[in-house]
Amino acid sequence: MAQTSQRVDVPVIVDESKCLEKCNACIEVCPLDVLVKNPETGKAYMKYDECWFCLPCEKECPTGAITVQIPFLLR
Amino acid sequence: MQILATDFGFKIQRMQTDVLVVGGGTAGTMAGIKAKQANPDSDVLILEKANIRRSGAIAMGMDGVNTAVIPGNSTPEQYVREITIANDGIVNQKAVYETGRLGFEVIQELESWGVKFQKDPDGNYDLKQVHRVGKYVLPMPEGKDLKKILTRQVKRHGVNVTNRVMATRVIVQNGRATGVVGFDVRSGDFVVIQAKAVILCTGACGRLGLPASGYLYGTYENPTNAGDGYAMAYHAGAELTNIECFQINPLIKDYNGPACAYVASPFGAYTANAEGHRFINCDYWSGQMMLEIYKELNSGNGPVHLKMYHLDDDTIAEIESILWANERPSRGRFHEGRGENYRTHGVEMNISEIGLCSGHSASGVWVNERAETTVPGLYAAGDMASVPHNYMIGAFVYGRVAGENAVDYLQSLDHLEPDADFLAAEQARIYHPLTQPNGIPHTQVEYKLRRLVNDYLQPPKSPHKMEIGLEKFVAYTDTLTEMGARDPHELMRCAEVHFIRDCAEMAARASLYRKETRWGLYHYRLDYPEKNDAEWFCHVNLKKAETGEMELFKRPVEPYIIDVDLKEEVYDVAVR
Ligand SMILES: Cc1cc2nc3c(=O)[nH]c(=O)nc-3n(C[C@H](O)[C@H](O)[C@H](O)COP(=O)(O)OP(=O)(O)OC[C@H]3O[C@@H](n4cnc5c(N)ncnc54)[C@H](O)[C@@H]3O)c2cc1C
Ligand code: SF4
Ligand code: SF4
Repeated sequence: MAQTSQRVDVPVIVDESKCLEKCNACIEVCPLDVLVKNPETGKAYMKYDECWFCLPCEKECPTGAITVQIPFLLR
Repeated sequence: MQILATDFGFKIQRMQTDVLVVGGGTAGTMAGIKAKQANPDSDVLILEKANIRRSGAIAMGMDGVNTAVIPGNSTPEQYVREITIANDGIVNQKAVYETGRLGFEVIQELESWGVKFQKDPDGNYDLKQVHRVGKYVLPMPEGKDLKKILTRQVKRHGVNVTNRVMATRVIVQNGRATGVVGFDVRSGDFVVIQAKAVILCTGACGRLGLPASGYLYGTYENPTNAGDGYAMAYHAGAELTNIECFQINPLIKDYNGPACAYVASPFGAYTANAEGHRFINCDYWSGQMMLEIYKELNSGNGPVHLKMYHLDDDTIAEIESILWANERPSRGRFHEGRGENYRTHGVEMNISEIGLCSGHSASGVWVNERAETTVPGLYAAGDMASVPHNYMIGAFVYGRVAGENAVDYLQSLDHLEPDADFLAAEQARIYHPLTQPNGIPHTQVEYKLRRLVNDYLQPPKSPHKMEIGLEKFVAYTDTLTEMGARDPHELMRCAEVHFIRDCAEMAARASLYRKETRWGLYHYRLDYPEKNDAEWFCHVNLKKAETGEMELFKRPVEPYIIDVDLKEEVYDVAVR
């Protein structure tokens, strides 16, 4: 199958300067399991654009590194 | 084609437990706790696709209890009457009665665990009237820690928990449920769990219709709940019921939460048309109410909105503090982004995508008042089990009923070794997308399927459209084999698309079978616009026949235990 990579605006934004390398809190609580660590930087990011904008990730982040936006299509 | 987990470097994990609870949400956590309380020596395991700390409908908490029967305010008998009328008579009253009878104990137990419910200055529960008759809504302005509190109790009771494993099929041997298979959505391992009793608590089918925004996960229900339990029960041979009685909700336009009259109407807010006039006299969600909203939206008086701008500033601030903090806390962000203010404008509302859910409507896996499905050893509770309008308290009550009865049932039973062919077939089914990583992505396959659901099943229902839809859903079985996945996460989504397809086929067949209109908008058929009690005062049940075909049949309504004269008491909420 021919493929293309598409840019999407994802709802979850991580402030890398605040994200702790040893922490996994947001990744553990997300009901959709869409957050992961970037193995190179140790920082969390939204890997899959499959978000319920429910906010556990933001609430459980110890440093306030996460901001959840309303997905663009609904904004 | 033989495909094994080990082909991809995944392991096979085996587990054994007495009671297996699938889905650790509202009903599931309670089922686990109650099974353990009933017999502390039994092994109880909760299997959860996400993480029980923040999973399911109440991941962020809840704004209130919708169905609280509290002594001094209402009785189980009154509650059964109200639900019988709201559900156009098609109820198993004995099952509804249990929610009324045991709900208060559940509330008291939750309170003893630290959950807070609203009280008046005298310390009495501060119930609100939202239903047509009777006060059943109990606000929880501090409802946000619900799931954390439940998780703590699960641990305290010694219930085992396995997070991030998705169940895909129930194992049935010798005519009884003997376990579950699934896979770890992170490692990809194939997981086989032998159990003496299985309790399905996987929530609603929230990803059936496509929200108008087009965002696949912008659904009313937590999108983790894709109808998994409906499909698993079906393939296990259990009966499902009232599937044509869809869940459709009045929501904020473009946002996936209610506006929400339950919270705001006790403060003086109400649902109004564009002219600012009331057109319904009751905000309790029912198919009849949804039909009035549908009519108003399609009249010259649409759109409709929740009107609060006539209230004073302090009152509005209080409403905001509840609505923006608990169950859907991104609501405030949504309004702010659009520059909307409750003080100046109504909250524009629209009709949600369709889904299946007994918590809100009546579509579910058939259960009796003991939470038993029609397959021995298989129980169901919560949104996926057929007790109508059961909401959160009903999920807790039925989690409890299922947990206690399962422990009772399994006493003399042994584990059975799962059939090797069954395990091989299931591995071939679920791992297939990994054999073609460049196959069609699940997002596209799911989008098209759910767009077809909107095109052909969204009420009002037309028979010819539904026939076309059915044909397409059946043919979609082949489309599913074209899906490709690159990791266990994508595999989870692919498995969910299978569940959604199963539910779409059930929804089409059940809707075609019931040749009348009932439950307002939920089953509004253009070709049979009237209710026909002579032929259709019954449940429509369906199951997988021995031949593998989907079989539909009428199931009589169980004799009432509480008299209701449905001729006299017609559920009508229109303002005329
Ligand atoms: C936005 C919203 C607002 C609501 N507001 C109210 C309210 O104010 N008052 C009220 O009384 N009720 C309300 N309800 C209804 C109430 O929350 C539900 O009826 C109730 O929580 C359902 O409980 P449940 O256990 O069936 O489902 P859930 O609590 O959703 O639990 C289902 C669980 O199953 C897991 N799961 C799903 N599939 C699988 C699988 N294949 N394998 C393993 N695990 C799986 C999920 O991750 C989840 O943890 C609301 C619901 C929603 C969605
Ligand atoms: S908002 Fe919810 S679904 Fe989205 S990333 Fe955070 S926890 Fe996950
Ligand atoms: S919770 Fe916050 S600090 Fe922890 S991994 Fe996530 S973003 Fe980083």
